[in-house]
Amino acid sequence: MRKMIEGSRAVAEAVGLCRPDVISAYPITPQTHIVEDLSQMVADGDIDAQYVRVESEHSAASVCLGAVAAGSRAYSATTSQGLMLMAEVLYNIAGMRLPLVITGVNRALSAPLSIWNDHQDTMALRDTGWLQLYAENSQEVLDMHIQAYKISEDDRVLLPVMVCMDGYVLTHTYESVDMPTQEEVDAFLPRYDPLYKLDPDDPYTLGAFADPSLYQEMRYEIQQDALGSKAVIKEAARDFKASFGRWMGDVLDPYQCDDAETIFIGLGTVVGTLKEWVDVKRGQGEKVGALKLRCFRPFPLEELREALGNAKRVVVVEKAVGVGAYGIVAAEVRAALYGQANMPPVTCAMAGLGGRDITFETFEEMLKRAQAGESDFFAGMRAELLEAS
Amino acid sequence: MIEIRIHGRGGQGSVTAAELLAVAAFDDGREAQAFPAFGVERRGAPVLAFCRIDSKPIRIRSQIYEPDYVIVQDPTLMETVDVLAGLKPEGTVLINTEHSASDLKLDTTARVVTCPATQIALKALGRPIMNTAIMGAFSGISGAISFEAIERSIRHRFPGEMGDKNVQAARKAYELTKEQAE
Repeated sequence: MRKMIEGSRAVAEAVGLCRPDVISAYPITPQTHIVEDLSQMVADGDIDAQYVRVESEHSAASVCLGAVAAGSRAYSATTSQGLMLMAEVLYNIAGMRLPLVITGVNRALSAPLSIWNDHQDTMALRDTGWLQLYAENSQEVLDMHIQAYKISEDDRVLLPVMVCMDGYVLTHTYESVDMPTQEEVDAFLPRYDPLYKLDPDDPYTLGAFADPSLYQEMRYEIQQDALGSKAVIKEAARDFKASFGRWMGDVLDPYQCDDAETIFIGLGTVVGTLKEWVDVKRGQGEKVGALKLRCFRPFPLEELREALGNAKRVVVVEKAVGVGAYGIVAAEVRAALYGQANMPPVTCAMAGLGGRDITFETFEEMLKRAQAGESDFFAGMRAELLEAS
Repeated sequence: MIEIRIHGRGGQGSVTAAELLAVAAFDDGREAQAFPAFGVERRGAPVLAFCRIDSKPIRIRSQIYEPDYVIVQDPTLMETVDVLAGLKPEGTVLINTEHSASDLKLDTTARVVTCPATQIALKALGRPIMNTAIMGAFSGISGAISFEAIERSIRHRFPGEMGDKNVQAARKAYELTKEQAE
């Protein structure tokens, strides 16, 4: 059914349709309406799940770890500092090969204290072994959660998935979505049937001690399955389209890229604004395109090479800074293109940090500076503040 | 695309007004997007909320800098905030005040419409919560959203007697401003 709802509410309802057995969250700022709505839905009896309110995000992740290990489908959401506090457990969840979905609501990290959107939090967790998907709009983030459980629980994957969603820009925005029915979601996403689970009658050990004769092979297997998950992510997108009729890309989603001289790469909601700007530029006869990096982990190396092969120039709109090095996404895009014939220059344009609004003017500045040969810069800066310091 | 910027104070329901306008526009068969200027909510502090209405899906996520409509929920804001900033020359500003548009002597080529929404709310609800009255006024001045859709979105958010009273306030403001607009 099509309806107009808040982004957080759309996620809460989508998670409910995925029939989680256990939901655990820590209710503090920064939190979102997602877990507030879910706690109400559980209290009202709309979802048959156990809601475990805990004393920290570290515990929320730990409750999910235990729940999945015991054979349940689990869920949590958090953001910013909360994600940082989960980090230790997130590595364990991936290492134990536990399928789990959490929403990583993107917000800036302290200090200074900021509650606003950027991608520094989830980007810091890119090497945890979690798969990371980034959503452009409410419909995509809703659909992505349903796909995420399917991907995570696939026997070929068995790795957790973080659905990344721009804080405020998506969580607090009202827009229309098409909410699937329970029957439709049940048909797409069967009940979780674990390969292994903790069982007192048939005990086994999870996350055991691995000495130097074992550890490296376990990391290798995570790496192989994370890389292999790309095929499963594509399959899930295709199957979802067959069931629900919606397609928003699989690992990538190109927009006006076929003949584009300059391709802008973005993750999350900035892609929507980019597409709108691309239409304006196309109207002025300028061949620009927008490429949505829908999946950041696994990194779609071959697909990016293919998508960027004919471009004269690539601009990465970077909402996280690899402090002391380069933008995180741009560094990986450069690595992907390294050694390719006719490799286009890749410009890293950092912007939108701590909630700074990204507008058409920001893209114009990026394009102009990229054309002038600048390779790494912050766009949309307030010169008067820099002069004062 | 119609772009609306709402100026209010924390606690006045600016964000709710933007959301209800979006719900009403969607009910009218349009696409819509509503979002706050993400701030730290404090009662009485100036707040901003935005609403876009279009016939096709809305992709842009930037804040609204050149609105077609500006809604001012609290006229005292005009002492400290440039509420007319970026308003299109052919646009409209709707101000919650008992004064007439000509009394305000605003330096703008845009159309200025006033509505005593707080008085209307006090009468209908017994409380100075005027965002539903302002929604009715917006329908009256713009015709961008039908009053029927406004009424349904209010009743959906405020069921029962509370809904009746809010619809009554919205209708009064709608009728008053529709006269001015004509």
